[in-house]
Amino acid sequence: MTAFLVTVEYARWAVSALLLIPLAGALLVWACPAAAAKRVALGVTLVEFVVSVGLWWAYDPAGAAFQVAGWLPWIPAWGIAYRVGVDGISLFMVLLTTFLMPLAVLGSWTGITRREKAYYALMLVLTTGMIGVFVALDLFLFYVFWELMLIPMYFIIGVWGGKGRLYASIKFFLYTMLGSLLMLVAILILYFNAGRAAGGQYSFAYEHILHYAALPVTAQFWLFGAFFLAFAIKVPMVPFHTWLPDAHVEAPTAGSVILAGILLKMGTYGFLRFALPFFPFVAMNRTVTAVVVTLAVAGILYGALVAMVQPDFKKLIAYSSVSHLGFVVLGIWAMTVQSVQGALMVMINHGISTGALFFLVGMIYERRHSRLLADFGGLARVVPAFAAVLTVVSLSSIGLPGTNGFVGEFLVLLGTFRTHPVAAGIAAAGVIFAAAYLLWALQRVIYYPLDKEENRKLTDLTRREWGVLVPLLAVILWLGLAPGPVLRRMEPSARRFIEMVQGHPAPAVAAAVGEAR
Amino acid sequence: MPLDFDTVGGLLRGFLPELVLTVWAMALLLDAAWHHRDEGATRRAGLLALPGLVFAAAAVVWLWASNATPAGLATSITVDKFRLAVDLIVLLAAALAVLFSLDYLERERIRVPEYYALLLFAAVGMMLLAGGEDLFVLFLGLELMSVCVYVLAGIDRRSPVGGEAALKYFLLGAFASAFFLYGIALLYGATGTTKLSLIAQQIAPLHLESHPMLLAGMALLFVGFGFKVAAVPFHMWTPDVYDGAPTPVTGFMATAVKAAAFAALVRVLLEAFPGLQPVWAHVIWWLAAVTMVVGNLVALAQRSLKRMLAYSSIAHAGYLLTALVGGSTEGAAAFLIYLLFYTLMTLGAFAILALKGREGERDVTTEDLAGLSETHPWLALAMTVCMLSLLGFPGTAGFIGKWYILAAATGGGYGSLAALLVVTSVVSAGYYLPVIMAMYMKPQAHDQAHAGIRIPRVAGVVLAVMVAALLVFGVWPNPVLGAARTGSHAFLPPGVASVSVHSQVPN
Repeated sequence: MTAFLVTVEYARWAVSALLLIPLAGALLVWACPAAAAKRVALGVTLVEFVVSVGLWWAYDPAGAAFQVAGWLPWIPAWGIAYRVGVDGISLFMVLLTTFLMPLAVLGSWTGITRREKAYYALMLVLTTGMIGVFVALDLFLFYVFWELMLIPMYFIIGVWGGKGRLYASIKFFLYTMLGSLLMLVAILILYFNAGRAAGGQYSFAYEHILHYAALPVTAQFWLFGAFFLAFAIKVPMVPFHTWLPDAHVEAPTAGSVILAGILLKMGTYGFLRFALPFFPFVAMNRTVTAVVVTLAVAGILYGALVAMVQPDFKKLIAYSSVSHLGFVVLGIWAMTVQSVQGALMVMINHGISTGALFFLVGMIYERRHSRLLADFGGLARVVPAFAAVLTVVSLSSIGLPGTNGFVGEFLVLLGTFRTHPVAAGIAAAGVIFAAAYLLWALQRVIYYPLDKEENRKLTDLTRREWGVLVPLLAVILWLGLAPGPVLRRMEPSARRFIEMVQGHPAPAVAAAVGEAR
Repeated sequence: MPLDFDTVGGLLRGFLPELVLTVWAMALLLDAAWHHRDEGATRRAGLLALPGLVFAAAAVVWLWASNATPAGLATSITVDKFRLAVDLIVLLAAALAVLFSLDYLERERIRVPEYYALLLFAAVGMMLLAGGEDLFVLFLGLELMSVCVYVLAGIDRRSPVGGEAALKYFLLGAFASAFFLYGIALLYGATGTTKLSLIAQQIAPLHLESHPMLLAGMALLFVGFGFKVAAVPFHMWTPDVYDGAPTPVTGFMATAVKAAAFAALVRVLLEAFPGLQPVWAHVIWWLAAVTMVVGNLVALAQRSLKRMLAYSSIAHAGYLLTALVGGSTEGAAAFLIYLLFYTLMTLGAFAILALKGREGERDVTTEDLAGLSETHPWLALAMTVCMLSLLGFPGTAGFIGKWYILAAATGGGYGSLAALLVVTSVVSAGYYLPVIMAMYMKPQAHDQAHAGIRIPRVAGVVLAVMVAALLVFGVWPNPVLGAARTGSHAFLPPGVASVSVHSQVPN
């Protein structure tokens, strides 16, 4: 495979192709008749996935920090260029995106009936925006993608969403925008600072700024605050999470899947790529660490506890995201190789498991037009296949050994225990709560007596729905049973991240891979 | 090409754009008098006005391409690329206003062919403002522009709100002119000259840095400019006047009038008082801050779209002031870029508003646009692009402009003002987004809600070009960026010729 990729010069065009294919696809969808829109969109996202799979082999864990890179001049007057590349962190975020998008299209097949062309075109534009955020190595480019993907998501929630869509969409937009605009000012200050330090070489290149920026400590605190706010809103961390339940619940199924599966990861990705490496001194400051770790743990517990009392299944999953993402932030700030790798794993797992849960809720909603847990009961007897899949996915979300969820949370806790034992101890309780809210929900939906007349006529999963779920189930088991190849590709980047932040090589702990199995 | 203003030839060439437009406007006036009774006289005048604007623009481009510079002693008008860049923006705004007026006037049955002559004369005044090197030329330009616009605001004689707008604008404008004139008098008293470059030369030798008469004169000039650019707290007239005037005139006022007054302010700040930057930076800082905050917050509370756009234009005046606060050439370049994009997006928004509103677009509210995307998808798309651009969203020209302003402000050490700018921008999303939301996410009020919209071919094509320009410049701003930087180099100290401030790092 590697040889084949070299022959076709994959590394030269891969990332740019990943950015261009969905855009071209969006034009194609727009040009073709409405009836064919979803088929074209599915085709485009599948092509996108196939192209992206090459990254798995093209990325060499032993090689340079950023690979499969691309560079083109853009606005030379401001030192802005099109600079892209992937490392062991963004690699999996890109793969997660390209993996989920075909499923999101397939999952919208029957749910979206109005303005189909616009919907699928926006989904494709969104794909470009998301991949762009993960591969951009120029801060201007990053910012453009970061904001750009707001618009398609805004429309997807606002046009095809549920009853409260208008409120939810504008809240989503304003929250994200507030955070990101302050980050914009911070980026500019960094740019000027690095440019002066580099003797008049002004550039927005990631590595240029990383290398030269040297601000006074007070300024660093402010700038870190700006970056932190932007990313913490996106994650979302408590107390910036209030946009999330609204947006997740009101969005159409595929919108929720993408929001939870990919968009939230941009916040934690931002921590890993920008906020911590740029301001290691501030990020590792005792007070800052204490605040962030407390917020992360609070998010884990709060998300889980609030999820427990939700009557609406979709809202329950939305709050569970707050809890899961708390693990990611905790893992990042714990600063051990295992915890960072674990955080990356949770990012992937959450995308897969929560995405699957949202799909399942969407499927049952299409049949029953209700998401209230109280409206269900005894579904195992009516729709056994659905019940079985829901059970497996829920268990993976809880983190049952043998599923993907276990690997990530276990690594996070293991790594965190060495640096923040108390936080790790409390966070472990979050895992128990997760079991509580999901199992209880499961109980109410698929067990309990079958006492609602409407539930007796439900039909089981269709072939299309199996098509959505089987890939997700396969990944759940694959990552649960053999995460080794994934962890190996992540490790150098996780290590490099820790070195950047702590300024010295981290102790080698390769045993994590074995233990996780 | 050096232009010696002591020779007639040099003078004529230096004034060529203004001369072309003045002569054309006079001819237009004659023609209008001749054909006053004809059925299509107004439309004819409009169509005749366009070539005049094109010829004037051609003269501007010729001066730009021939690198004309004034030679010899300080004169009352300058030939530099900043003036020419602003001239082009003014002419563009005037041409767009003419194009959108053609059908608007017919539809509203405003049969006044002189309308277009007034537009051209106003443009001449604006060009004088852009090039004036002497405070008196600036005053002449200001008056020529203002008098024409007073009349334009009240051109619809049957409309009581139009009359109110014209009267209000006239009274407050007269006030502003008086302030301005008194400022000139004090500055003359302090320095003994009204020529901008000579004022700058007098300040240091005469130790005028903190002379009360000079500072008072400067402050009075600021008040005059503050009125014209509608900066808070001199903005009180804006909403009523913008609201009452015919929509194309409002668009013209919000863009060209503001552009010209701002250009004159930039020239005064950077040519007459470059050494006093630490002093006036405070004033501009506070003006910018208050203007952004008040403009955006009050816009949030508007129901009528026209009033909302009026307040939004106040907010944008605050953004433009932010570009100036550092007093750098980068700031001047950012100002030029933003001015161009602002002109395109604001005129676009007003043009769409004029299409939607029939006989009373004053009352078009955000709700009235509900469901527009279903019946007029292209119009809704155009409005969306204008709104996103006004919001400063990446991918649109407005973002590039805002980015440059932010860069100029942070680069000049005014990071806190930049932060305030972005925070108020978030507030502005609170009134730009509902427009998009209404068009795409709400159903039509009734089946025929948008049946009245007729898009004339000319307006449609022009709008499409404007929207395309907003999108193209949002992704590929390099050509205009280069032009704006060249224009801003007019303010480099002599001897420092076109130094590129930023150099690029290969990868």
